[in-house]
Amino acid sequence: MSESTESTDLQYSEVEQELRGNVRALLAARAPQAATLARTESEQPVDTALWRALADELGVTGLAVPEKWGGAGAGWRETAVVLEELGRAAAPVPYLGSAVLATAALLAAEETELLPRVASGELVAALAVPFGTAPSAPFPSAVRTGSDGRLHGRARLVADARTAGVLLVPALDRDGSAGLYAVEDFTVVPVVSLDMTRPLADLVLDAAAGRRIASGDAAVAVLGTALATGAALLASEQLGVAEWALETTTAYVKERHQFGRPVGSFQAVKHRLADLWVSVAQLRAVARSAAAAAATGTDLAVSSALAQAFASPVAVVAAEEAVQLHGGIGFTWEHPAHLYLKRAKSASIALGTADRHRAALAQLVDLTL
Amino acid sequence: MSTPEISEPALRAAVRELLAAHDPTTTPVADFLGARYDAGLAWIHFPVGLGGRNAPRSLQQAVNEEFAVAGAPVLDPGRHGIGLGMAAPTLLAFGDTEIHRRFLRPLWTGEEVWCQLFSEPGAGSDLAALGTRAVRDGDSWVVDGQKVWTSLAHEAQWAILVTRSDPSVPKHRGMTYFLCDMTAPGVEVRPLRQATGEAEFNEVFLTGVRIPDSRRLGEVGDGWRVAQTTLMNERVAIGGSALPREGGLIGTVAATWRERPELRTPGLQDGLLRLWVEAEAARLTGERLRQQLAAGQPGPEGSAAKLAFARLNQQISGLELELLGDEGLVYDDWTFRRPSHPSMEGGTPGYRYLRAKGNSIEGGTSEILRNIIAERVLGLPQEIRVDKDVAWKDLPR
Repeated sequence: MSESTESTDLQYSEVEQELRGNVRALLAARAPQAATLARTESEQPVDTALWRALADELGVTGLAVPEKWGGAGAGWRETAVVLEELGRAAAPVPYLGSAVLATAALLAAEETELLPRVASGELVAALAVPFGTAPSAPFPSAVRTGSDGRLHGRARLVADARTAGVLLVPALDRDGSAGLYAVEDFTVVPVVSLDMTRPLADLVLDAAAGRRIASGDAAVAVLGTALATGAALLASEQLGVAEWALETTTAYVKERHQFGRPVGSFQAVKHRLADLWVSVAQLRAVARSAAAAAATGTDLAVSSALAQAFASPVAVVAAEEAVQLHGGIGFTWEHPAHLYLKRAKSASIALGTADRHRAALAQLVDLTL
Repeated sequence: MSTPEISEPALRAAVRELLAAHDPTTTPVADFLGARYDAGLAWIHFPVGLGGRNAPRSLQQAVNEEFAVAGAPVLDPGRHGIGLGMAAPTLLAFGDTEIHRRFLRPLWTGEEVWCQLFSEPGAGSDLAALGTRAVRDGDSWVVDGQKVWTSLAHEAQWAILVTRSDPSVPKHRGMTYFLCDMTAPGVEVRPLRQATGEAEFNEVFLTGVRIPDSRRLGEVGDGWRVAQTTLMNERVAIGGSALPREGGLIGTVAATWRERPELRTPGLQDGLLRLWVEAEAARLTGERLRQQLAAGQPGPEGSAAKLAFARLNQQISGLELELLGDEGLVYDDWTFRRPSHPSMEGGTPGYRYLRAKGNSIEGGTSEILRNIIAERVLGLPQEIRVDKDVAWKDLPR
């Protein structure tokens, strides 16, 4: 078999726990759920003030970037801990898009000009591929270079692009070869999105100037690494979503009384939550393993596919159980459960569905039809 | 050893010293393990003189590694797991000096095999309802009743036994815990044949068995608390050993898939991939649990691991039979036999499918484990207990 992960550290370090505490405290103070819900119907669905606080007060937007390129010199494991907390809060910030997907692409391309600005959070970057793109997908062809040497096309359903200052655009040259371009000249067309806390956008490139940051096979490799890193790290955000759902639902069924007793005393409810707890405990191990694989680059293809094949259904079930076990209140607009349901379901499609990742695993571990 | 040191290097040095004096490849197993016990290098967190040196439990792994590298003998966990994992910690916690001296060393060396007389036909998940009676008679007790699902009863010299000593109080209060001599008059062991055709387990009939009061563990009527210590240690032992990817039953089925293209269908591939993902998640969860235990932070993941293990084994072994098609229609042998080494992954596919059905029943049913997780981990309200304040003798049965 491919690499064993026996020796991978699946715990959280003290530094990571401290980081978690800081992020959680900030989110509790600046992104309460009522405000997040209200924001979804406002002119500014993305919380730019929260983004600035994450960048300036906590310095977590460049965790994965080495210090020599303006980052914090930590890594993907630490980034994963931030994602867990952002998932728990369903926080509307472009962290996955900018600090993970785009940063992973910039790191893989060694694009040292943009990295310091993206790491500092001053510049939000987005990887201009449909959010549903799996790491195993073919190189996108929605954007092409024209005879004018400029970029033409429309990248649809891109995550975290609403506030982006720069796009990383995979495009095909006229000879069919791949390229990855940094583009600052684009039009954002908002899309009404299932996940209200991570609104998508279509990006229109109409003879846009682009600076090529990777070419040919290198561009394909950079995009693949970025998507695999994103898939691996997304599992940590999904873990956060699932943890919120489990904890909130558990607390609720202890309080909510029907038939003269807490509904959480009924075995039909207890056993569902026990099963969910088992799944979440497993997801924690899987997500830690995937973050470690992203950090070392070892076994990333299998670990990221495994992470998405496992995390997506767990997070969706967790959010669905939260809605169901809250009863009527869980189906209301005022209760935040639907924000997590929408986040979980969207995330299960993002960066490839569980089924696509299982198909990728079939190739990777030789279980083909 | 007068004042054994407790640092890891000192422990490793002590192991090497022992290995130098007792060649593990030539010394008889019981002698080697006896020397290890006498050197305080058995269960190192036990007291000095009882196989340990009051060392932190977290250092045990280093000691075990050092012995393993030298190829030192270890006891078969299938035969000695109950003694080492469950009886020993209970004996240590509740036994007096005489019991410690008499029982711990031969238990450790494997010279005496232990079994567990807990479950009864009328007390499975509800263990505290057990009814095997113990009646005081001078300096001893007279025990009558029936136990069931007893592994190793036909090989064991000793048993840990929970009895009903006072039927007039509610069930949790009237129990007393003993060490029972399995060779004593009145102990009758009968094989219990299971769905696989073989008999891993036994029924044990106790008729007028006399047990000296000196072989009582804990106070009269306090047997439930003593039993809890035993059962807690059972759950600690469930963690299992480190596995590589595809290290369990999933690896067997994956190998069949790779070797037999003619068996493949799209539906079976989907099922196999789903189980491959689940098995890898369970493996990583087990690995994380082991790391927590090694770091001295036992987490509640042990119950999760057992639940997941049972479900996975059943699903994978079920898929394996379907994958095999016609070959899944046969069974190797229904002849009654007593397996010496029962294994979840050994045997034929048909055996594995049937044996896995026990996984969600033995050692706590999956339903009871869900109750435990819900109540002890998630803090949800306890099941309503209508029998809590009723004298045992008045319980409906």
